[in-house]
Amino acid sequence: MSVRRLAPAAFFAVLGLALLAVPALDIPAFYVSFLYIVFNWISLATSWTILSGFAGYWSFGHAAFFGIGVYTAATLATKFGVPFLWTLPLAAGLAALLGTTIGFIVFRLQRLRGELFALMTISMTFVVATIISNTPIDGGSGVYLISVAVPELFGSPTGTIYVLGLAMAAVAMATAYAVSRSRLGLGLFAIHDDEDVAETKGVPTFRYKLAAIALSSGIAGAVGAVYSIYVSYVTVGETFEITVTMYPVVMSIFGGARHWLGPALGAVVITTALYSLASGPQAYIGRAVIALGLILVILLMPQGVVTTVLRWWRRRMPPRVIVPERIEPRPREAIPEASPHPVLDCRDVSKAFGGIQALRNVSLAVAPGEILGLVGPNGSGKSTLINVITGHYQIDGGAVFFDGARIDALPAHTIAQHGIARSYQIPRLFNHLTVLDNVALPARFGTEHQDKGAAAAEAMHWLAYTGLAARATALPQQLNLHERKFLELARALAARPRLLLLDEVMSGLNHTEIDAALMLVRDIRERGTTIVFVEHLMRAVVALSDRVAVLNEGTLIAVGTPQETMRDAEVINVYLGKAHAS
Amino acid sequence: MPHFTLLAQSLLTGILAGALYGLLALGLSLSWGLLRLVNLGHFAMALLGAYLTWWFGTVYGIPPWWTGLFIVGAFFVYGMGLHWVFMRFRVAEMASMLITFSIAVLLESLLQALWTADFRRYETAWSSASIVVGPLFVPTLNLAAALVAAVLALATWAWLRFTYVGKALRAGAEDAPIAAAFGINHRQLSYLLSGLCAAYAGVAGVFIALIATLAPSEIWTWVGVVFAVVIIGRLGNPLGALVGGVLIGACEAMTMAVVNPAWAPLVSFSVLIALLLFRPKWV
Repeated sequence: MSVRRLAPAAFFAVLGLALLAVPALDIPAFYVSFLYIVFNWISLATSWTILSGFAGYWSFGHAAFFGIGVYTAATLATKFGVPFLWTLPLAAGLAALLGTTIGFIVFRLQRLRGELFALMTISMTFVVATIISNTPIDGGSGVYLISVAVPELFGSPTGTIYVLGLAMAAVAMATAYAVSRSRLGLGLFAIHDDEDVAETKGVPTFRYKLAAIALSSGIAGAVGAVYSIYVSYVTVGETFEITVTMYPVVMSIFGGARHWLGPALGAVVITTALYSLASGPQAYIGRAVIALGLILVILLMPQGVVTTVLRWWRRRMPPRVIVPERIEPRPREAIPEASPHPVLDCRDVSKAFGGIQALRNVSLAVAPGEILGLVGPNGSGKSTLINVITGHYQIDGGAVFFDGARIDALPAHTIAQHGIARSYQIPRLFNHLTVLDNVALPARFGTEHQDKGAAAAEAMHWLAYTGLAARATALPQQLNLHERKFLELARALAARPRLLLLDEVMSGLNHTEIDAALMLVRDIRERGTTIVFVEHLMRAVVALSDRVAVLNEGTLIAVGTPQETMRDAEVINVYLGKAHAS
Repeated sequence: MPHFTLLAQSLLTGILAGALYGLLALGLSLSWGLLRLVNLGHFAMALLGAYLTWWFGTVYGIPPWWTGLFIVGAFFVYGMGLHWVFMRFRVAEMASMLITFSIAVLLESLLQALWTADFRRYETAWSSASIVVGPLFVPTLNLAAALVAAVLALATWAWLRFTYVGKALRAGAEDAPIAAAFGINHRQLSYLLSGLCAAYAGVAGVFIALIATLAPSEIWTWVGVVFAVVIIGRLGNPLGALVGGVLIGACEAMTMAVVNPAWAPLVSFSVLIALLLFRPKWV
């Protein structure tokens, strides 16, 4: 580990130990309590960010998870005499259960997932509050915890609550750090930028979102449990107050919601500011100031403090990625032995959108090592066919086989892992990930599930292959169209697919760039990848294709060598009109 | 089981209350569906309108229709201003939620600062007036609110369906660049729509003042219900908003009559969950 990595770790270890020693020192209880409140917000804001900051599903219901934790601990400790520390895992578990249930319902939707999730979490807060005040849980009058024995972990009860709060903050931050550096984190960041693309690159988006919300809500629940002994008298009104929902959001956004450290920084700054501003009956002034601050932050600094500072810092530091001067050519993989199955086999595939029949009984088989050109007028179903093969759309009838195995009912990420990759006509890159990470993602989630180091090496290989190695640390917005198109290609190749679907890679490129692209596609095939490509540029179609398939209004009207199909009467009719057909 | 007349009475009350949900949902559904902006501040504006109606009415004796006219005009300007901010800073759908959420918190604080957190009630001559139909009582004010809601929903629907402006707005929501290529000035139209949505919040506010008891925290009790109505009625669909509102209102009233009034807040949430579970393609 380099000094650069070790220094921050040592800093946090020393800081943690120093903070742990605070209750032992002779410090007025007021300051100890204040520090606990800071920890409380650090934990809540950080837990919020694990789902909402990383994956972009903004929760407006953190009060509900927190509140469930508060009431689980309060009820178990007061009514059932459960020792306080035992209530922590239960509080976390119940909150996580609620979170995953909401996630299970909303995350499956095709549209408006993000907005509906936000709205559901708002409503959920009021529903949970209503249930608690309508039932004997608190019966509308609150629960006293004054009699609950606080475990004497660290001298006085104040000290114990302090240490528990510190532990929660440490757990929350460590979780956020670990997630942001893991496969899960990379997947969540990709979901934030473009969820459909992430799924097509092999990220199990539904499962990842559930994992993120379970962690996020679980931590919030445990934090709530600790809070219940701090306040020692819990009421529905205060537990589910709108500020409990609002503060973690503000703190995370202010600090930087895509960075594990952002929410903690935001929590420290904002809690301190609030404490000096107002409390008690004038609390609404503080709320108004925070709300105003949130509006300004979103409009003027949507990335947050930490991200803004880091970006400024990196601009002055040399990039960490060392660009290799020469890429060793990877040994060519042999074209697979003659397989009994076609690589891709679509049988009678049909797909309708409302009244429009986008695909009508399309049957098409692609042999191993073949390059198949897919052509047809606009709206003929070419892109729909690609979306059907990659699992983005479910088919209405027929079947799709890949290497003899049926894939049409599989989720898109599983299909990607089987070895099908695609590029997008208009590049759909992950805008907040570097060029390198954009390519490393499919390497980590594609056919081979490579670990972090191997995926980075793989990504560098394909960046060099497509001539983008020097741009590895750039963000996609900094690339021109030609570079973005090649980045799309590198991203598809890094998954090491056996079948590559290319959607109009040539469109918008100039002559020299097209020649380069033609060479590249041929070379990819030489490496053992079967290719289906959609293209309007006839020069490319004729130069590359072994066979050409022609779609018109969702029906496959011709398949054959380029020469055969170009002479086909129906094809000429479709492209040039009746007069030329005879 | 309560008596039949009692059930019919509460169903009627629920339907009338539901029409008010529909009125509140109208502006929200339009701005979400046609402008891609989710306005969490809509309720706060409605409540601000309600407070203004109550305040002008009780302190200065100004009748609600004059206050209503003023509110509609002022809110229209506010709606356009809000839209200017969104356009100027290129605010995306999710960020629009955060900003309008903050606006709601700001307005809640403002209401509390101006008129305290106490409950307020606007007593007028019509407060307890009602029309008797057979065994049922139809409260006049609720009936008026429902009629206004129905007229506005129908008029908005017809406007979007049959006029050039309406069609242009729908085309712009579908695909702004293509609509622009066909010569639709979506920018200008979206200002109009944003102003209109805020004005609808104002109209709803006047009726909230006449019908309900006011408190700043009421902002949050409406959120869940009305957003459920928007989803059930489908985005950008004025008639859907009205139908969804009536449906939720009726369900809530039945729950209050048959089960327990305290559980009414759970109704809209449960209906929404059921919809998302069994008809996920609805949204």
